[in-house]
Amino acid sequence: MTPKMVTVTNFSRLYGPRGWAILGTCAVVAFVVIPIFNLAVPASSPFHVSAFWVTLIGKIMCFAIVALALDLVWGYAGILSLGHGLFFALGGYGMGMYLMRQIGRQGQYQSDLPDFMVFLDWKTFPWQWWNTDQFWWAILLATAIPGLLAFVFGYFAFRSRVKGVYFSIITQALTFAAMLLFFRNNTGFGGNNGFTDFKTILGFNITSPETRMSLFCITAFFLVATLLLGRWIVTSKFGRVLTAIRDAEPRVMFCGYNTVHYKLAIFTFSAVLCGIAGALYVPQVGIINPSEMSPANSIEIAIWVAVGGRGTLAGAILGAGLVNGAKSFFTVAFPEYWLFALGAIFIAVTLFMPRGVLGLLARR
Amino acid sequence: MKANDLPDLAHQRSGEHGVVLYLDGISVSFDGFKALNNLSLAIDAGELRCVIGPNGAGKTTMMDVITGKTRPDEGKAVFGQSTDLTRLSEAEIAHAGIGRKFQKPTIFEPLTVFENLELAMKADKTVRATLFSRLSMENQDRIATTLAVIGLKDSSDRVAGLLSHGQKQWLEIGMLLMQEPKLLLLDEPVAGMSDHETERTAELFLSLAGTHSLVVVEHDMAFIETIARKVTVLHEGSVIAEGPMEQVKNDPRVIEVYLGR
Repeated sequence: MTPKMVTVTNFSRLYGPRGWAILGTCAVVAFVVIPIFNLAVPASSPFHVSAFWVTLIGKIMCFAIVALALDLVWGYAGILSLGHGLFFALGGYGMGMYLMRQIGRQGQYQSDLPDFMVFLDWKTFPWQWWNTDQFWWAILLATAIPGLLAFVFGYFAFRSRVKGVYFSIITQALTFAAMLLFFRNNTGFGGNNGFTDFKTILGFNITSPETRMSLFCITAFFLVATLLLGRWIVTSKFGRVLTAIRDAEPRVMFCGYNTVHYKLAIFTFSAVLCGIAGALYVPQVGIINPSEMSPANSIEIAIWVAVGGRGTLAGAILGAGLVNGAKSFFTVAFPEYWLFALGAIFIAVTLFMPRGVLGLLARR
Repeated sequence: MKANDLPDLAHQRSGEHGVVLYLDGISVSFDGFKALNNLSLAIDAGELRCVIGPNGAGKTTMMDVITGKTRPDEGKAVFGQSTDLTRLSEAEIAHAGIGRKFQKPTIFEPLTVFENLELAMKADKTVRATLFSRLSMENQDRIATTLAVIGLKDSSDRVAGLLSHGQKQWLEIGMLLMQEPKLLLLDEPVAGMSDHETERTAELFLSLAGTHSLVVVEHDMAFIETIARKVTVLHEGSVIAEGPMEQVKNDPRVIEVYLGR
């Protein structure tokens, strides 16, 4: 067998025939059906998929990438991070600043500086936003900063053998501290208004149906790629070591594995995925502000994964879809009851579906 | 330098075996309680040593010190010719050639028996290597051989969590063998095994001795008597007797603190 053939057979082994069929169907819907029904079917037709739905599904797909990322560290390696919202928001901020600079002089104050800087009386660009008018640099920031932060934070936490609930609490503190930092007007991160009023991305009008649909398809592509890459990771020997760490870390160490390296690798990779998701999210929803870093947001991510089913990857996507679908419904129909509903969902899942919705389906 | 130098060492000290593990004056205390008190012990290459003693005598703490889980307050722990165990991490000690079986069988329950052995197998255990690892025919054969040795050939694809208690003990011993260690530390290896399984474990240990060094901690005196050549008795963190089984059994102090009860 040539090396290439080996790769292909490996790849097809990631899922069974049924798994590939489901994935293929979803891909056809995302890449063919929705674009046609959004762009080619006229708005007057009952079959038209409106911009509202494109944005909503696009947004949920970004969340699904985050849920996948958390499932890799929580479901497989047993590390419950309650700070993944931070990595997501950092990715969003990287992309957000690029979009701010794309506005140029078309802002309200017609200045070279983004509106919020004029408004807050900044004269020059803070150092951290150097070169952010370059798209490639913004993408680099959006992925490397979450990765670097996760690496440094993880290095100290894992080396000191911080585990379980202690690790979860520290990650909550981390995202909370970052939120406070970004909320301040004098740190140059945009304060509580964050970044908004975006006009163009790479020169394309950000609100045009074609740009929206392109962002939608790119997000769908990243979601599928993340799923397959994640599946490849968890079915590799590396993935089995992660599972082993989750269940019996001392045994893994006495087998000769340096578990710190393993945890650090998957935690950093997971943070980079969140950064990508954040960078895809911001141009679609049109705003990024520090509330994305609130501790509650990160807890919600864990709920998505728990609802869908930990340690399954597909469950993370399902959970993100179900909870956010319910959220969209509730916040329109009974806005004041959403948090109660979320709490009820979480309690119900913990009590009656410890393996999540997917676990329930698999049992049948 | 690694423990590979053992044959040389043995050669140098003509007439006596090379020492594979040497503990000298080890003391460990937890909140003022002395778990190990000036413990000294030497294990020869190829030896099968049994360690007995009442609960709380420090048997498990001694294994923790050897495997790097606990750092001693005082004393030296040397593996092979010059590997200082008190400076290495658990993973480094495993790589140096020390394998450990826990008191409670510790296996990877959601993985299959085969996968458990695969993870334990001596190999490049860095992140990159495991990410791109592919199982060679040779390694599949190695796993098959171990499966036969531990009598789990028919359970290869079973999830390890579904095994009986005795089988789990065997699987953990198999995982140890896959690591190809020079020194095996076995904490209560036959606990929960049937008589037949215990008998086969004794045979296995006896066949390993010579090519491997083994330290067996057990409460099952019948088992100890089957395999024991030299026995060390621990009490309150120190060695109180050491020698052939017959001699130790008749030692008045040993009878008082352990056997007589």
